[in-house]
Amino acid sequence: MSDIAEAPSPNVPEGAAGTGLDIRSLGQILYLGGIGVAALGALLWLLAQWNEGGAGEAVDASTGTITLSLGGEPPQLDSTRGTDAVSFNILGHTMEGLLRYDPDNRLEAGVAERWEKTGDTMVTFHLRPNARWSNGEPVTAHDFVFSWRKVLDPANASEYAFILYGLKNAEAINNGTMPVESLEVHALDDRTLEVHLERPVPYFDKLVAFATYNPISEAFYESREGRYAADAEDLLYNGPFTISSWVHGASIRLEKNPHYWDADNIRLNAIDYAYFTTDPNATINLFKDNKTALAGLVAENLDDALQRRWKIKRFSDGAVFFMEFNHREDRLTRNYHLRKAIQAVNDSPELVYRIIKLPGNLPGASLFPVWLKGVDGYFRQEYPLTDPLPDDELGRRHLATAMAELALSEPPTLVMLIGDSPTAKKQAEYYQNLYKQKLGIDIRIDAQIFKQRLAKMTAGDFDIVMAGWGPDYDDPMTFADLFASWNENNRGRFNNPELDEAVNVARSSSDPETRMDAMARVQQILFDEAAIVVNYERGSVYVSHPRLKGIVRRAVGTDPDYTRAWIE
Amino acid sequence: MFLYGVKRLIQGIVTVWFIATATFFAMHGVPGDPLMNDKAVQPEIRANLEARYGLDKPLAQQYWIYLKNMASGDFGISFTQQNREVNDIIREHFKVSATLGILAIVFAAFGGILWGALTALYRNRMPDIVIMFLVILGISVPGFVFAALGQLSVVEINDWLGFTLFPVAGWGTVQHMIVPSMVLGLGTMAFLTRLMRSSMLEIANSDFIRTARAKGLPVTRILRKHQLRNAILPVITVLGPSIAAITTGGFVVELVFAIPGLGRYFVQAVQQSDYTVIMGTTVFYGAFLVFMVIVVDVIYGLVDPRVRLE
Repeated sequence: MSDIAEAPSPNVPEGAAGTGLDIRSLGQILYLGGIGVAALGALLWLLAQWNEGGAGEAVDASTGTITLSLGGEPPQLDSTRGTDAVSFNILGHTMEGLLRYDPDNRLEAGVAERWEKTGDTMVTFHLRPNARWSNGEPVTAHDFVFSWRKVLDPANASEYAFILYGLKNAEAINNGTMPVESLEVHALDDRTLEVHLERPVPYFDKLVAFATYNPISEAFYESREGRYAADAEDLLYNGPFTISSWVHGASIRLEKNPHYWDADNIRLNAIDYAYFTTDPNATINLFKDNKTALAGLVAENLDDALQRRWKIKRFSDGAVFFMEFNHREDRLTRNYHLRKAIQAVNDSPELVYRIIKLPGNLPGASLFPVWLKGVDGYFRQEYPLTDPLPDDELGRRHLATAMAELALSEPPTLVMLIGDSPTAKKQAEYYQNLYKQKLGIDIRIDAQIFKQRLAKMTAGDFDIVMAGWGPDYDDPMTFADLFASWNENNRGRFNNPELDEAVNVARSSSDPETRMDAMARVQQILFDEAAIVVNYERGSVYVSHPRLKGIVRRAVGTDPDYTRAWIE
Repeated sequence: MFLYGVKRLIQGIVTVWFIATATFFAMHGVPGDPLMNDKAVQPEIRANLEARYGLDKPLAQQYWIYLKNMASGDFGISFTQQNREVNDIIREHFKVSATLGILAIVFAAFGGILWGALTALYRNRMPDIVIMFLVILGISVPGFVFAALGQLSVVEINDWLGFTLFPVAGWGTVQHMIVPSMVLGLGTMAFLTRLMRSSMLEIANSDFIRTARAKGLPVTRILRKHQLRNAILPVITVLGPSIAAITTGGFVVELVFAIPGLGRYFVQAVQQSDYTVIMGTTVFYGAFLVFMVIVVDVIYGLVDPRVRLE
């Protein structure tokens, strides 16, 4: 501060305060600054009166509470209408269907204590007497009838209505051609639910574990007058936890449900989702500061995690990513040899290990991921798909045939539709380079944000689209019908009667071996016809608090699942 | 004065109507709609959804229904937050954005005036050079970099201290507000510093300062009574739009610090084609901006008697 007393420098203009600047004018400024600080302090104090709250440490053993971050506000906790991962996660902790998945991903009894099949198209569920709602009332068979009718009611406009289409008359009800009362699901008494199926559904027990099949108390639903699931008090819970507070957009707190029939085996007292954020850096920073008990890792923060010597865990989240060709009439990619050429030079291991470089991902080959179960063991071990090594020579031969058939004088330019995530762009640029080098094919990348990409996919405005599929239930069927000619998700309109036939066998045959053989045919046709090129099976890596045990990560069902977790 | 107010108000309403109309048709013109999802649904399910949300009606009819509802203050129910009214979303989350924005602007205004005055007094000397260098950084570095750096610094500080001085993210207590509001106000503070500096220098050369000095007034009195007061005027002018810009533009900071502000909803709604939320937030923000500009004009008239409000 010595220069304050110095003479002003010559280039200070005449008249500037600099001429006679002394310690007092500095005092003036500091005085102003002081007012500023005081005003800021007063304002903060006022605001403190307005807002209250604050979250605890990641793991608090004294209260049995864990603190976590969530991907965002759950958009829809009405189980008849929910579609997204965040909502299903909260529902998985607070609600329970007839069956559920145990920590080892096997089906186990939920609200139903036992169930039996009569023939191929009838199932009877016997509800446990001690299954209760959080207001103490019993969960009855009527609650399932009410909720399932609600799902299928056209006025309710449930997006997941199709998952109930196996029930007798369900599809007709959802189309509006039959009344909801005609659903062939009957509450014989409070504890017996009789379910009739439209056709044999060999994986029906797995479907029942899906959140859309959850019960809802009719009396409670009606009492909310259209506000069901809008807030914490607008829900009735029958699962391990209840929502004790819900600050929209900010936090959700779950507390142990004393009325839950298996409450003795629930060891956590509270789960506090104190932060809603999708930003991986924010999540990892919260983890560093011991404010969240679990954090997902992405390529950007993996090195940091390694340096800190955290124990990094991985699991398969179940999703498969692939390039889907457009098989519509006017598209070049309808040409078999062009698709085969692209398939021949594909190198999934290189993509996974050298481009995406995130541990956990597996190189893709089949539409059916490795974790799916087959007849006795894993599907892919029982029905391995021979995925040949990249063969540039074969690729060039196929391309030459394709160019002859299409009467092209030089390799074509293809439009590749992708999402706007960094991974998608990295991946697309890799393929752009690969196909240019190996085949001379030019790729024009069309990166679009979420909805615009979906609109273009639906309209068929692409040659190749980067797509992915996550499972709904634990049966290969959740993947097998994806490229059936009638499936709306078959964006490239792949149409193969043989595949359609195999799908029909797989979804209605009651013999496990016949079913899995049919699934294997689907797998082989998709490869032989090069309907799609599978890129990778997605794995996720994460870090969790060392004292928090018993977190279950899984491909199908509630994930991450803290219901059976405990603090050590 | 009264007539002026009425005139500006009508202008404001027309502006907001124009914003609403332009947004409505632009939004429907963009490919994709709120009912599309990762998993495509059967045509019959799609039809059920369209009927539920009234999207099966002709566009002109949807527009008419929309205008009628808007006039009665009803923005409808969000497509993505399916149980929440847009009005509730705006009410609950704007409060948070406003809190953050006001804190940021207080920080920016005081900082800007202080640093601006200092740099003018020390023109071309060390403090000026250092501060102006920082100001250039502040103006040119985008907000998300400051947000990320700010959060990282908090982590390191907490790590070093061994306890949580400032929370890394979240919202609820005073401690939660300090770092995000500083990060959010940084750019504006840099801008105001530069504005204040040039304004101070301009005033320093004016006749009335010369007169004041000729009268033999003490330097501090000239500074306080004449120079600062006059130099602050342009700063007040830009403060209005700045408040609106900061309050509406805080979405990056809200995202990084997991703050439940309205900015996040605004941006997510566009990505999700959430028609009702897009319309609600756009019209609300539009009206807010228009209102702030009017308020500043009126205040300006009160502060500076040379401005006549006709």
